[in-house]
Order: sequence, then C-alpha cells, then structure tokens
Amino acid sequence: MKRFGAIVTYAFLLLLLVISILPFYLVLINSTYTSIDIVTKLKFVPGAMFLENYHKLQELTNIWRGFANSMIVSIPFVLFSCYFGAFSGFGFAKFKIKGKNILFSIVLASMMLPSQLSIIGFYATSLKLGLLNTFWPLILPGIANASAVFFLRGIIEQSVPDSLLEAARMEGCSELTIFNRFVLPCITPGVATIGIFNFVSSWNNYLGPLIILSDAKKFTMPILISTIRGIFLSNYGAMYVAIAISMFPVIIVYGFLSRYIINGLTIGAEK
Amino acid sequence: MKGGKSRMSTSRLNKRRNHWGYMFITPFFVVFALFGLYPIIYTFRLSFQRWNGFTPAINVGFQNWIRLMEDATFPLSLTNTVKIWLYDFIPQLGIALLLAMIFTFKKIHGMNLFRAVYYLPNLITAASIGLLFNILFNGDKSTINQLLMKLGLLNAPVAFYKSRAITQGISSYILWWMWFGYTMILIMAGITSIDSTLYEAAELDGCSTWQTFHLITMPLIRPTILYITITSIIGGIQIFDVPANLTNLAGDPQKAILTTSMYVYQQGFKNTALGYASMLSVMQFLIIAALSFIALNMILKRGTR
Repeated sequence: MKRFGAIVTYAFLLLLLVISILPFYLVLINSTYTSIDIVTKLKFVPGAMFLENYHKLQELTNIWRGFANSMIVSIPFVLFSCYFGAFSGFGFAKFKIKGKNILFSIVLASMMLPSQLSIIGFYATSLKLGLLNTFWPLILPGIANASAVFFLRGIIEQSVPDSLLEAARMEGCSELTIFNRFVLPCITPGVATIGIFNFVSSWNNYLGPLIILSDAKKFTMPILISTIRGIFLSNYGAMYVAIAISMFPVIIVYGFLSRYIINGLTIGAEK
Repeated sequence: MKGGKSRMSTSRLNKRRNHWGYMFITPFFVVFALFGLYPIIYTFRLSFQRWNGFTPAINVGFQNWIRLMEDATFPLSLTNTVKIWLYDFIPQLGIALLLAMIFTFKKIHGMNLFRAVYYLPNLITAASIGLLFNILFNGDKSTINQLLMKLGLLNAPVAFYKSRAITQGISSYILWWMWFGYTMILIMAGITSIDSTLYEAAELDGCSTWQTFHLITMPLIRPTILYITITSIIGGIQIFDVPANLTNLAGDPQKAILTTSMYVYQQGFKNTALGYASMLSVMQFLIIAALSFIALNMILKRGTR
C-alpha cells in the first residue's frame, strides 16, 4: 500500500516534469526540421535542418540585432538598479533622515504599485522628454528600482557593521568612498541576487519597449519575436529557430544558477 | 587634543554626516518622481481629457467616464481577464499546495531537480511563449493536433483558435504552466518556517495527515497564501504578454482573449484615444485596489474565526 502510494506520487511528479519541459523540447526538435516536415510528421529526435532554418530567419530579419538591443537595455538597467539600489539602501539603513518612515513607505508603495497601470502617462512623459524611440525610458527607471532598495537596505542593516563605517571615517574616508570601497564589497551576494532577477524582468519586458520603440532597428528581443509571425507566416522552421534563440540563453544560464535563483525567490514573500 | 576636539564637535559632525543620508536617497526619489510618480499623475489627468498624441490635449470633464458606460467592450475585456485568471489561479494554488506538501513531508529523490524544472517556465520571455503556443496549436497539422491524434485522444484535428472557450483555456493553461512552480516554492518556504515541534505534538496526539494539514499547516501559511493571492490578483488584472502573442493584439477569436490591459493598449495606441485609455487604466487601478482589499479581508477574517 505504501509502495503503491510512492509510485503514484512519483508518476504525478514525473508527469508535471514532462509538462514543464515538453514545450521547450518541441522547440528544440522542430527548429531542426523543414516547415513541411513539421506539419506532416510528429518527431521526437532532432533533424538536420537547423542551419537552413537559421539562414531563412536571417534573410528577413536580424535576430542578433534584437539580442544586442536587449543587452543594451538590460545591462545598464541592471547596473543602475544594483548600484543605486544599494546607494539608497545605504542611506535608509545607516543615516538619520527626517521623515524616514514616510519616505520608506513611499518606496514600499511604489513596489506594490503596478507600473503598467500608468503606461499612458509613461508614454506621455517620455514624449515630453523627447525620449520616445530611445532606450533611455527603459534604462533610467533602474535608478528607482524599489525592490532593489528594499532588499539591499535589509542586507546592509544585517551585514555591514557600524564599527566598520566608524573605522573608515576615522581614516578620513568620505561617505562616498566608504560606500564604494567598504559597503558595496560587503553585500556582493545580495547585489548579485537582485541583479539576476532584474536582468530577467528587463530582458522579458514586452509592453515597455512596445510603446516606446517604433524603429524596427531598435526592437528588443520580445518585440522582434512578436513581429515574427507576421513576417514568416507559415515558415515554422525559421520561427522555431527564433524562439529557440530567445529562450535557450536563459535556460542555459538557469542550468548553472538554478539553486541560487530559487533561494532568491522567497525574498519578496518574507516581509 | 584630538579626543577633545572630536568630542566637542561630535554632534555637529553627526549632523553633517546625516546630510549625506539625504544625498544617498536623492537619486531614487528624483528618478521615481520623473518615471514613477509623474506618469501616475499624468495618467490621472489624461483620464479627464481627450488626446490623440499629436495635437494638445483638451479637457472634457467626465466625458470619458460617460463613454465607459456605453462601452460594451470594457466589461467584456474584464470578464475575459477574470476568467483567464481564475482558471489559472485555482489549479495553480491547488497543485502548488499539493506539491509543497509532497516535497516537505515525503522524502523525494531528485527533489531539487523537480523543483528547478517546475520553476523554469516562469523565467522565459512571455512573448516567446505566446508565439510558441500559437504555432504549436495553430492549424489542422499542428504539432499538438498530431500529438493528440497519435495518442488516440482525438479522432479529427481541432481548430483550437476558432473556439473562444478553447483559446481562453489555452491562455489559462499557459499562465498555470508558467506560475505553478513559483507558487509552490513560496508555499514551501512558508511551510518550512513553521515550528517543527508543532508537528511533533500533532503526531503525539495521533492527528491524521489531513488533520495536521487542516489544523496546523493551513492556518500557519495563511500569510503566504495571502501574499500569493494579492500579488496574483495584481498581476492577473494586468495580463498582457501571453494573450497578446497567442493570437493577435485584438484578442481573436471574437475578442475571446482581449484582456483589459490589451484593451487599454488598443484604445491608446491603435485607436489613439489616449485620454479614454488613461481612464480605463484608472478603472483598472480601482478594481485592483478593491479586489486586494476584499481578498485581504476575507483571508484575515477566516484567520480570526
């Protein structure tokens, strides 16, 4: 009876495992067949047409340009959110500030407030600033990333001792030097965690670039992907290659960092 | 001498030092004002205006709100959104609870692998997932039709994207697929934080597995469930990426998966009715606030019973 229960449990877990992986597996397989093969036979082993499909894809679009654009947006966004998240976190954690509680509740409120609801205002603001069709409206908000501030403030409170700051002050270091030279190195693991999550969210951002970017040369990966069906119609092989290129870098990185990422997930819930 | 001097000026020094505190938090608030707060105020103001994005905006008072009363598409988009969210969220919470129980109370070989794989879909670009499920299901010869026919589950191919119900179902399924692993991990974290002596006591008292779950686990992970529910409501009302890429931005077939956020986008950027779209966003905000409030009350009230 106990044995039977264990078999049912594992069967259930394996079924969910297959459900989770199957779509990715189908991308991998289908990207290696011609469009005609894809619609005539079901296949579970890779074929040999990947490069052919890839060339077809590159004939009509430049997928690596989208890749590069996504990098140009996501990397500075992450650097800003990490540096300034720690910057404000340090201010909140280690200094006396009048109205600190109110200011910090603004940070918390902005964390809960979905930015998507002010998307029209965001568009209008970018228009006023002359920043439409540039990457800036997608990068600069990294400076005001509330979850980074919230999370790194906690880490700084926990892991940066006041005695270290005092010692550095006695040495005559300015507060800015103290931050750069002593505080930042103390909190690298926390910075890395929030950096990974912010990278993923910036990389996957769809609505922001959709309303800000109009020039096809500036399209980020998700926008490029969403235009692909209109370009390739029923050229499934090429579309699967595009999907594969957009998915597999993330899957590979996750393969190395999965434990780290999963541990970082519960940050938001532990409030 | 050094000591005396520093003691004399300690308070002044502290004051000077605390000026730095303001400096450290300034960049956040400047950028937040510009890209966070200002767009909110702007959206609110635009909800009382008519604006096409090119000519100056005109104040129209409550005209947008009156237009809302006669707009049948907004309630439709709202029903779609709630339907898609509900058919995703209920199984998501159920499966996640079940998995969390299995992983915390049974010794499962390869638990870390299971957990990591279940969470994977959550990291992948939703726009790509939308396109992928489009081409997997689209057409008589689609991969899914072939698969289901080979498994003997179908006799003839199904035109999935011709049916409103099936298209909504696929949207819910994708969201479930993307989120059950995440929810499971949060619930597991909630369960692990429960004091283990409580379980030992329950075992001594001869509680069954179901009783332990019902009397100890559930009440103690209520805050976790509350967090998951409210963040899911907030995210759910804004569903956009997946349905927008599953069929098209109009939410075909016959607006079956036109969500409220897609409708805001349509009105704002296809119809260039940016004022009306702003008003719809304000409505969306009010609905989220109301639903979060109701969920908060429901779950807290149950806790005190």
